[in-house]
Amino acid sequence: MDLKLKALTKSLWVFHAACSPCNNCDIEILDLLTPRYDVERFGIALVGSVRHADVLLVTGVPNYKTKEILKTLYSQAPQPCLVVAVGNCACGRMMFKDSYNSPCAVDELVPVSAYIPGCPPKPEAMIAGVVKLIQKVRGKK
Amino acid sequence: MFIADEIKERLDEKIIDWYQHSSRRIYFSVEPKYIQAVAGLLFRDLGLRFSIATGQDTPQGLELLYHFSFDKTGEIISVRVLIKDKKKPEIDSLAPLFPAAEWIEREMWEMLGINFIGHPNLKRLLLADEWPEGKHPLRHEDES
Amino acid sequence: MSHKVVVPIGPYHPLQEEPEYFRLYVEGEKVVDIDIVIGYMHRGIEELSEHKHFDQIPFLVERICGICSTSHPFAYVNAVEDLIKITIPERALYIRTIIAEMERIHSHLLWLGLAGHFIGYNTVWMWSWRYREPVLDMFEMITGNRNHYAMMKVGGVRRDIKDEDVPILKKTLDDLVPAVDMFKGAVMDDPVIKARLKGIGILTKQQAIDWAVVGPTARASGINIDVRKDDPYGAYDKVSWNVIVEEDGDIFAKTKVRILEMYESIRIIRECLDKMPKGPIDFDVKDIPPGEGIGRVEAPRGECFHYVKSDGTNRPIRHKIRAPSYMNVASNKIAAVGGTISDATITLAAVDPCYCCTERLTVLDKHSNKNIMNGWDLIRLSQEKTEKLRNSIK
Repeated sequence: MDLKLKALTKSLWVFHAACSPCNNCDIEILDLLTPRYDVERFGIALVGSVRHADVLLVTGVPNYKTKEILKTLYSQAPQPCLVVAVGNCACGRMMFKDSYNSPCAVDELVPVSAYIPGCPPKPEAMIAGVVKLIQKVRGKK
Repeated sequence: MFIADEIKERLDEKIIDWYQHSSRRIYFSVEPKYIQAVAGLLFRDLGLRFSIATGQDTPQGLELLYHFSFDKTGEIISVRVLIKDKKKPEIDSLAPLFPAAEWIEREMWEMLGINFIGHPNLKRLLLADEWPEGKHPLRHEDES
Repeated sequence: MSHKVVVPIGPYHPLQEEPEYFRLYVEGEKVVDIDIVIGYMHRGIEELSEHKHFDQIPFLVERICGICSTSHPFAYVNAVEDLIKITIPERALYIRTIIAEMERIHSHLLWLGLAGHFIGYNTVWMWSWRYREPVLDMFEMITGNRNHYAMMKVGGVRRDIKDEDVPILKKTLDDLVPAVDMFKGAVMDDPVIKARLKGIGILTKQQAIDWAVVGPTARASGINIDVRKDDPYGAYDKVSWNVIVEEDGDIFAKTKVRILEMYESIRIIRECLDKMPKGPIDFDVKDIPPGEGIGRVEAPRGECFHYVKSDGTNRPIRHKIRAPSYMNVASNKIAAVGGTISDATITLAAVDPCYCCTERLTVLDKHSNKNIMNGWDLIRLSQEKTEKLRNSIK
């Protein structure tokens, strides 16, 4: 197993990239940091720059303006970088797939390691998703 | 005096047709050339608040609805303007009168291709820079 | 020699219903001009709406914004009901009002927390988000989801509030009052917050009229407008409550309006729960005639405007949506210019575009185009100013 990847599972630093979501998933992500869920006790923290991040958290359906930025963000992240798609929009574009301003889905731009569906996913679901992702990286069943 | 009566009196023959949908929803049409005069009267003299403008593509032409809100009574006065020339639609900008109209005119310019004469800053608001020139998402002929 | 430096804020924010990209032009510490670029979250909902039938649209417009996710469907159903000219069952009106007011409480708490974060009061952030959780739990109990409620439909509501839920809801409200009291004391009587927010980002009454701002932003500038009072919808004309108006137009006034509005919301919900009659919760709408309708709702951020035009088929031919921030954000052009960079974050946040993009802030030197400051530095700058004030007041 990749040593770099293994080291990554200890405490995930997350960069949150919002690609035209309705910001509902985004509030729920911030909710994870506040007292009821408080994921910082597991070492998960939001960071201000993608260059410090282990995980790129993507929400929403990319549009023409954000799709290039998402690609740039991914290329700037230190590798290996895991990508988590949060919410139905990021997983499958949902009702916006027919929009004139929705050129592609998130997984057509960057390789997604975990999908967390829901509109919005509950904070518990997000924690469960991240736990599953860590288990996958560590190679556990 | 009711605001509706005052508008009728002040604008008089400029009003083409007047339609009261319900007690608080009033629609009336004017010629495109009067829009600055009408909007100036409603916004400056009568103290109505500019709510928003709706642009739509209809078979007769491009129709603009300027919604003004009279907050004392909760009435919405919508001024309807029809631009018949679909090839090269133009109308006077309201942005010099009140800055609140600046964004919505930029939006209608990119969505419907209406040129607002005298707009201080007519550039893209919502669409990306790479969006093809001359293609307008809310124009119906573009769909086919 | 001072030279003009460009401070780009954005482009896209993790936390905002209407994302913007601000380009601040600064000279030394002073903001001299601001350029607002939006469109990063443009999804073409107005156009999508023309391809959905009338019963599907509430789900679509709900997803315009996750924070005011009941205001948009509410305004839409008001517009369609104005078009068909029907009156809906009274119980449905009360349920709609309760949901809308609960949303206002959670939205104002959310804003309060973020505003606290921007000026270096992370405690306010944590506490207000903690007290927001019980409100979300109530949403989950009534509607089944924490954020997108899917309660509105043309002609009524989709779900009833069960009788056994009412005491739990009332208890939550009772528990919330001391929390709001605490915030009122902590925020409004704190000399540091006062020194930090008073006289900052002023929007005068005339400017507010010119830019046609709405909601708490307008009410803090002394304009007495509130759609709930002016153009009553739902059950707002059946309960008693007050419009909160402040005269100063600065950020402190905006904060005060929002805190005091939470009390009014609690009062409205309590009264609605007491007065709510028994009966049906929806009216079966058979078909929608040709015509046009306008619906308005006072969302937590201001007037939300929907215009629907139908040609008699099962889909609208035009659906215009105007969210409150569309007007309020444009007015930042006035409010932020003349202030300092350390005040810019809170000024831009004061209209409540709930603003967390600051982690994507960068200060660019106009000549070398090199980053000299990132988002955290900017928040730190803002927080340091608070700290300095705190020490000087001690």
